Amino acid sequence: MTLPQVRARDWVAAAKTAQRRHRAEGAAVPPSPKARRQSAALYVHWPYCKKRCSYCNFNKYIPRGVEEAAFRSCLVTEARTLLQLSGVRRIESVFFGGGTPSLASPHTVAAVLEAVAQAAHLPSDAEVTLEANPTSSPGSRLAAFGKAGVNRLSIGLQSLDDTELQLLGRTHSASDALRTLAEARRLFPGRVSVDLMLGLPAQQVGSWLGQLQELLRHCDDHISLYQLTLERGTALFTQVQQGVLPAPDAELSAEMYQKGRAVLRKAGFRQYEVSNFARNGALSTHNWQYWQCGQYLGIGPGAHGRFLPQGARGHCREARIQTLEPDNWMKEVKLCGHGTRKRVPLSELDLLEEVLAMGLRTDVGITHQHWQQFEPQLTLWDVFGTSQEVKILLEQGFLLLDHRGLRCSWEGLAVLDSLLLSLLPQLQEAWQQKPTP
Amino acid sequence: MWVLACWGWRRRHALVQWLPLPCRGRTRGAPLEPWALARLYSNADRKEKFDMSRFPVENIRNFSIIAHVDHGKSTLADRLLELTGTIDKTKNNKQVLDKLQVERERGITVKAQTASLFYNCAGKQYLLNLIDTPGHVDFSYEVSRSLSACQGVLLVVDANEGIQAQTVANFFLAFEAQLSVIPVINKIDLKNADPAKVEKQIEKVFDIPSDKCIKISAKLGTNVESVLQAVIERIPPPKVHCKNPLRALVFDSTFDQYRGVIANVALFDGVVSKGDKIVSAHTQKTYDVNEVGVLNPNEQPTHKLYAGQVGYLIAGMKDVKEAQIGDTLYLHKQPVEPLPGFKSAKPMVFAGMYPIDQSEYNNLKSAVEKLTLNDSSVTVYRDSSPALGAGWRLGFLGLLHMEVFNQRLEQEYNASVILTTPTVPYKAILSSGKLIKEYREKEIMIINPAQFPDKSKVTEYLEPVVMGTIITPDEYTGQIMMLCQARRAVQKNMVYIDQNRVMLKYLFPLNEIVVDFYDSLKSLSSGYASFDYEDAGYQTAELVKMDILLNGNIVEELVTVVHKDKAHSVGKIICERLKDSLPRQLFEIAVQAAIGSKVIARETVKAYRKNVLAKCYGGDITRKMKLLKRQAEGKKKLRKIGNIEVPKDAFIKVLKTQSDK
Repeated sequence: MTLPQVRARDWVAAAKTAQRRHRAEGAAVPPSPKARRQSAALYVHWPYCKKRCSYCNFNKYIPRGVEEAAFRSCLVTEARTLLQLSGVRRIESVFFGGGTPSLASPHTVAAVLEAVAQAAHLPSDAEVTLEANPTSSPGSRLAAFGKAGVNRLSIGLQSLDDTELQLLGRTHSASDALRTLAEARRLFPGRVSVDLMLGLPAQQVGSWLGQLQELLRHCDDHISLYQLTLERGTALFTQVQQGVLPAPDAELSAEMYQKGRAVLRKAGFRQYEVSNFARNGALSTHNWQYWQCGQYLGIGPGAHGRFLPQGARGHCREARIQTLEPDNWMKEVKLCGHGTRKRVPLSELDLLEEVLAMGLRTDVGITHQHWQQFEPQLTLWDVFGTSQEVKILLEQGFLLLDHRGLRCSWEGLAVLDSLLLSLLPQLQEAWQQKPTP
Repeated sequence: MWVLACWGWRRRHALVQWLPLPCRGRTRGAPLEPWALARLYSNADRKEKFDMSRFPVENIRNFSIIAHVDHGKSTLADRLLELTGTIDKTKNNKQVLDKLQVERERGITVKAQTASLFYNCAGKQYLLNLIDTPGHVDFSYEVSRSLSACQGVLLVVDANEGIQAQTVANFFLAFEAQLSVIPVINKIDLKNADPAKVEKQIEKVFDIPSDKCIKISAKLGTNVESVLQAVIERIPPPKVHCKNPLRALVFDSTFDQYRGVIANVALFDGVVSKGDKIVSAHTQKTYDVNEVGVLNPNEQPTHKLYAGQVGYLIAGMKDVKEAQIGDTLYLHKQPVEPLPGFKSAKPMVFAGMYPIDQSEYNNLKSAVEKLTLNDSSVTVYRDSSPALGAGWRLGFLGLLHMEVFNQRLEQEYNASVILTTPTVPYKAILSSGKLIKEYREKEIMIINPAQFPDKSKVTEYLEPVVMGTIITPDEYTGQIMMLCQARRAVQKNMVYIDQNRVMLKYLFPLNEIVVDFYDSLKSLSSGYASFDYEDAGYQTAELVKMDILLNGNIVEELVTVVHKDKAHSVGKIICERLKDSLPRQLFEIAVQAAIGSKVIARETVKAYRKNVLAKCYGGDITRKMKLLKRQAEGKKKLRKIGNIEVPKDAFIKVLKTQSDK
């Protein structure tokens, strides 16, 4: 980390100037296969939190103290190793997620970015997002993260109701959240996202819509609406099981979602994914990669990745998971340069199924060009055009299949999981009948 | 009478051999059972133990014990077996004749057993044949066949509970068969016993003078000897003729894996011995008699059986259906007039039976086959349902018979099954010439609702009815009458059998009592009311075929035949159950019950509004894909009605027997 200091700092400066220009475009012109193989997104997992949130089942730990220098050096090592293993030459975006990555020092963020910039091309306008928790993100810290290379913030605001925030086990209040949001917007104009949850136990449609309206008065160009999923093993799940809290009402949640979508549309937001809304083109390029089934490397404890290892026999993309527990992960990284715990080869069909399931989560759906990148032989028409079941879904207006490609209608997007139960078997069938070359 | 050295193996033999089907799922005679080996060894020294010619007809008594559930029939049988030295007197003799787990648990006798008792009285050697009968009216045909081999019965009544519904039903079966009835008041040792009150009930209901009642405690053995005295004094010997050609009644049969069918027979005329050629009057098949003997209570070979005697006969029959209860056997080339009253088992209640998992089909099939080997009264038709897969439509003599069959499948074969709501066999009198030609008869039986002919093609529909007897403390009379009315029953009689107990007679459509009637009766009378019924033929009924529709498409497996007056309530229940068990889909589902084109009940299953996973990033993708693929796999197994997917569970919830009140 000694030599490239200057270069890295140059990159930060260049990125700063570029970030205002940059606007992610949903359906960009597809790059060549080789270019695609050599580029990826990078996810960095920071597994530590100050406090456990009642709804969260992510891979996170509440440590007494973090040996940050050691952890940082492991992140750097793993980034280098995976870049080398994957043969990736270009990192399109970086996302620091967690856990609570805003608890990390900006120096750690900088170190990872520097390592990446050394080993691969990190374009000056590459999106670098940090998940930020309102309580751990005073303006000065946010500015420091900006200096380290972060150019986009995702704020875990979750609610603008203090009672709800308490129920969720969050450490911040609604006013903390709004203050953080204002500071973030000042530092990263047009590059701030906020999360708002819906479908909490006992939550009412009217008051939730009130929160959304208030948020619209304060927010930037990106909002994520997440319906609460009760996950086994969380405090909230237990409380609902024991009857201490009422179970979230599916009907009400659906109503909040539908009304929320409509409100955001009216406010000029494009719903570019099931839970994600952006205006002025402020889509998250990083997340877009997931839904477009681009390659991504995952570093840090429990991080997931999907890429084609260099020199792999055949040309099989792998789903990879890093070791979950931070201490073990660190040991492994020190020992072999990476903490990959599990590698699952994805078959061509597996990958196509992901292309289908992920792509349909977006508003553009799966374009013919996009599909062709993954499956040059069978067109979307070949796969879905003749199915009676799909025809019914088209007639009922849940799906559209036209010259642009296959996508969900406004109504269809909300019930995508049901649609996929018809589409996936259809894809499998078409795949089996595909003439072997 | 006993060769003492043989006693050891004999007792074991007696205990095991009588199991019609051992619990481990083998049929009787499975190899390596210790008793089976013992029998092999003993064959060598198997000598004639009884010379049956020593018993002249006047020294023979054939009798049965009849009683309401739990009034002590089997305990009295145990004491009689002990008193006559037929079995050892030990504390372990509990319901020696009830071998099945279900019999002991429920305190009922399912499979009739028989024992020949040898008894010395006033210097004379008597042969007393105790012909045990199934204790429930579902088996009333078997009971009546057993009774036709008897000249008298012991009518056992609990000194505490008094006359119950089944006591009445049993009494009239014996009365109609013109048998001598000896009332025995049992359990006089109980604290609340009131034998005097029961004597009065017996006098009132059965018109038997109270001084004719014998008061005993079968449990303690009190006064049991006088029962044997009464059997000798009050029951006449059989009226038979040894000189006439053989005429033998088959009143029961069991199946042995190695020896074939073992038929229990009562000889009305003639003699039968090993080597005779005999003919079944019902099937006209001829057999060679391999073995005859008496049941003591284990099989005891003899040279011959003579008129008036009761025993067993083995003649190379391979299937219990060849030795049907009520059939008459006679000697080859010496045909006789068959004994009256023979009829094939007539199923009264039908139910679909399916394995819970189709992979269990073959195991269940073999279990059903083994059980029916010993119970020819169960009729088995193969059936299949698009939703539940391959299975059977089984016909039973009655509800208890069905429950017992199911319980034996579970207990003895460890088989779990889906049993659909029972239905009854309806009839239709056809008016359409075309249909009459097709069916080749005017009156047809409708077992499957799919066969229900349209009203325009029939003169009338008929439904089976039963005469129900209810005995209850009078404080419950009002509620019971309301219950009966709600079940479309017509009151035929009502009498007080003592100061506060009432006997009600109602004519019930059988269909109205096949589901949960007994439970309702028991719960509204705090368990005090007893119920029994007997077949009462058919009556005209306004029957309709009710369709269940999902968005206008008929669900075949839910088509039901109902009485017009009940269509609305039954349709409503089915729609509600379907609504609760149908998963939401992409569109609204109308669940309707309809008669022809008229909708009589409706429920709505709302459409899904949102079912897309909110978050789907890195790690979620793998999890999500796994879940989706599993769901898609499961979806392939769903039955489609129109474009609605119906899981098997939904059908089970609607079709399964369950209380609906």
